[in-house]
Amino acid sequence: MNILKILRDKPWLHSTADATLEQYSGPDAVAASRIMLRFVLAIVGVLFFLFIITFLSRSQYPDFEALAGSPWQPFSDSSRLWFNTALLACASLAIQWGLGGTRSGKLNVTVAGISAAVFFTLLFLVAQFDLWLRLQSMGFYLAGNPANSYFYLLTGMHGLHLIGGLIVLSNIVFRIWYDRSVDSLTAPLRLCTTYWHFLLGVWLVLFALLTSTPETINTLAAMCGF
Amino acid sequence: MQNVAIADQLDELHDPQTFITKYVYSQDHKVIAIQYAITAIFVGLIALALSGLMRLQLGFPDTFDFIDPSDYLQFVTMHGMIMVIYLLTALLLGGFGNYLIPLMVGARDMVFPFMNMLSFWFYLLSVIVLLASFFVPGGPTGAGWTLYPPQAILPGTPGHDWGIMLMLASLVIFIIAFTMGGLNYVTTVLQARTHGMTLMRMPLTVWGIFTATVLGLLAFPALLVSAIMMMLDKTLGTSFFMPALVSMGESLDYSGGSPVLFQHLFWFFGHPEVYIVALPAFGMVSDVLSTHARKNIFGYRMMVWAIVAIGGLSFVVWAHHMYVSGMLPAFGFFFATTTLIIAVPTAIKVYNWVLTLYRGNIHLTVPMLFAIGFIFTFTHGGLTGLFLGNVVIDLPLSDTYFVVAHFHMVMGVSPIMVLFAAIYHWYPLITGKMFNEKLGKIHFWFTFLGTYAIYLPMHYLGFLGVPRRYFAMGSTDFIPESAQSLNASITISALIVGLSQLIFLYNVIWSLRAGKPAGHNPWEATSLEWQTPDVPPHHGNWGAELPTVYRWAYDYGVPGAEKDFIPQNHPVTDAEQTAGEHEGR
Repeated sequence: MNILKILRDKPWLHSTADATLEQYSGPDAVAASRIMLRFVLAIVGVLFFLFIITFLSRSQYPDFEALAGSPWQPFSDSSRLWFNTALLACASLAIQWGLGGTRSGKLNVTVAGISAAVFFTLLFLVAQFDLWLRLQSMGFYLAGNPANSYFYLLTGMHGLHLIGGLIVLSNIVFRIWYDRSVDSLTAPLRLCTTYWHFLLGVWLVLFALLTSTPETINTLAAMCGF
Repeated sequence: MQNVAIADQLDELHDPQTFITKYVYSQDHKVIAIQYAITAIFVGLIALALSGLMRLQLGFPDTFDFIDPSDYLQFVTMHGMIMVIYLLTALLLGGFGNYLIPLMVGARDMVFPFMNMLSFWFYLLSVIVLLASFFVPGGPTGAGWTLYPPQAILPGTPGHDWGIMLMLASLVIFIIAFTMGGLNYVTTVLQARTHGMTLMRMPLTVWGIFTATVLGLLAFPALLVSAIMMMLDKTLGTSFFMPALVSMGESLDYSGGSPVLFQHLFWFFGHPEVYIVALPAFGMVSDVLSTHARKNIFGYRMMVWAIVAIGGLSFVVWAHHMYVSGMLPAFGFFFATTTLIIAVPTAIKVYNWVLTLYRGNIHLTVPMLFAIGFIFTFTHGGLTGLFLGNVVIDLPLSDTYFVVAHFHMVMGVSPIMVLFAAIYHWYPLITGKMFNEKLGKIHFWFTFLGTYAIYLPMHYLGFLGVPRRYFAMGSTDFIPESAQSLNASITISALIVGLSQLIFLYNVIWSLRAGKPAGHNPWEATSLEWQTPDVPPHHGNWGAELPTVYRWAYDYGVPGAEKDFIPQNHPVTDAEQTAGEHEGR
């Protein structure tokens, strides 16, 4: 679909060509869902983009202490975050595997893939929550420093989006339950898979941002004009 | 997500049967539209009453004991927020968007009807949460509709405890509602157009609503982000927006936050919001003008391009709301330039509306009167926008009534004029009855002349330097006493205009019962929504078969045609085809 070509169309000119085409019988649900998902991803993208922009702007005030960079800051050793990242990556791989199952018509692979994806996603959420508790126990409270606030806020928002994804995915699981037909699953599961990969990508960006040293953050902020 | 719209499954069982499934728990876009419209008009009337109270205080200070300064600020805040978000956005997109998109593109319903229904229920919840703030300790927030921190959440501002939290919560719920509705509108436009309905054959109404929805989907996240961060500042003591400060003699725990950051986020949403309201109005007024002037819209392609261009530009002008907050002069120059550039596509639209009227066969029906009235009020409000877009002129005028007059003309009165035009225009389709023409005309003249009686003098108050947002002027050297007489006259006009809206309400309700049957297509319009087999359209809109579209929506007064309009679903005749080739159009 070339938008410039469409916008150059001259609708006042008549063409009888349309009339010979076959009758249209209603919208294509799969294509519609795909378009909706694109908009959803755009909206979620804008949301996190704005959070990140405010993060960079806020980082330029003197009271901001980045969570990495100095040995006594919690994310100078980011191994724990790497572990959580691995969990979410496993969830992404699992859901992709499940999608492969629907394509080749194997119900058991689909069920196993989706179950593993849900399992790893829940595990990721628990691990993130545990990370919150650990930071709390180390004295990095929500209101202690804007860097802490952003850590809880960004991870919290990301977690909420995963939970939203889980709710939609559970809808699909129930469909397996009722239909037991793998074919009708392919399209919605593909959309879920895209969403999961997208949230993994968002997490990687957040991960990079939250473990950046003050110098990196300052450079990024300078590039944005702050 | 996968479900096909219920209306697309031509199964009799799916037709709603009981009162509850038909009118309350309904997934039909037309019912949802009416639910949206009734709720929006209801809160709009509350906001109208609030403006009446504000005007009473301004026109006759020291007269009304029941309005104290806190009340006044609360009225200002709630009036602004309700009018912009809960009335205009909801009525234009939730109401008219829902009603018109499927009918105009030839679909049976929205693509995701269940989500559409949820959208309305979330909207209703957001309205309830908002109105609940009138009944909590401290009352609603009085922070101004822009809710600027730090004052919004500090003691001293009315409703700094409950009011602001309910306001933010209500906004978050509204954004969720809008997103669910908006996803439906864009997907339906992109995916559910009937056979032959190319994008460039869509009526401008659909183009306006579509572009506005895309703006809304991308701009509302900024409000969401700022609302969430402000809630955290308020409840959990973070310092996203809150600087170190001393309040009532005590130094607070906040430190280092940036109030200006909030302003950037707010206006990154706030300016596109202006066009979220304006673009659907632009679209609808184009269709009303073309239909009632019996002439094709002048420069259709240019109109579409202008809508898209305005939509794109609206994201790069936000900081012109913040000149007085202080900014790098280079940024001021940038935002002034982008702001003035928006005048170009906007002016193209105004010229095209006027040229559509030129040598048209103008029928001065009630919708047409409101549409022509809109051209006046919008030009007027737009021109004062050119003043305020410049930094040096904005600085002295920013905190005066000049700004109040400007934004009421451009995004208060103008979209409302279009809403009235649209309600009168589509009333016969929605209800199957005609409204009372005479009452409609009385309503128009009261509203149109009344708005000028209200807002024209306000510009002069602004030039005098009368500051806005003040509860009372007191005795001020630089403001002559005559300003107070002007204020009193504005108040009287405002009360008359406010009361004259009762004529409209009476007309709408009375005509439902006693109006003449409208029959098919009383305005002899070309667009698809008037070509349904039943009036008002039934569930599923189109009976057994979807319509096929052969032409654009503006074939009025085609030379050699039988009537002066050819509906979109009428096949192109051989004569038209050869005539077109002959003229080499």
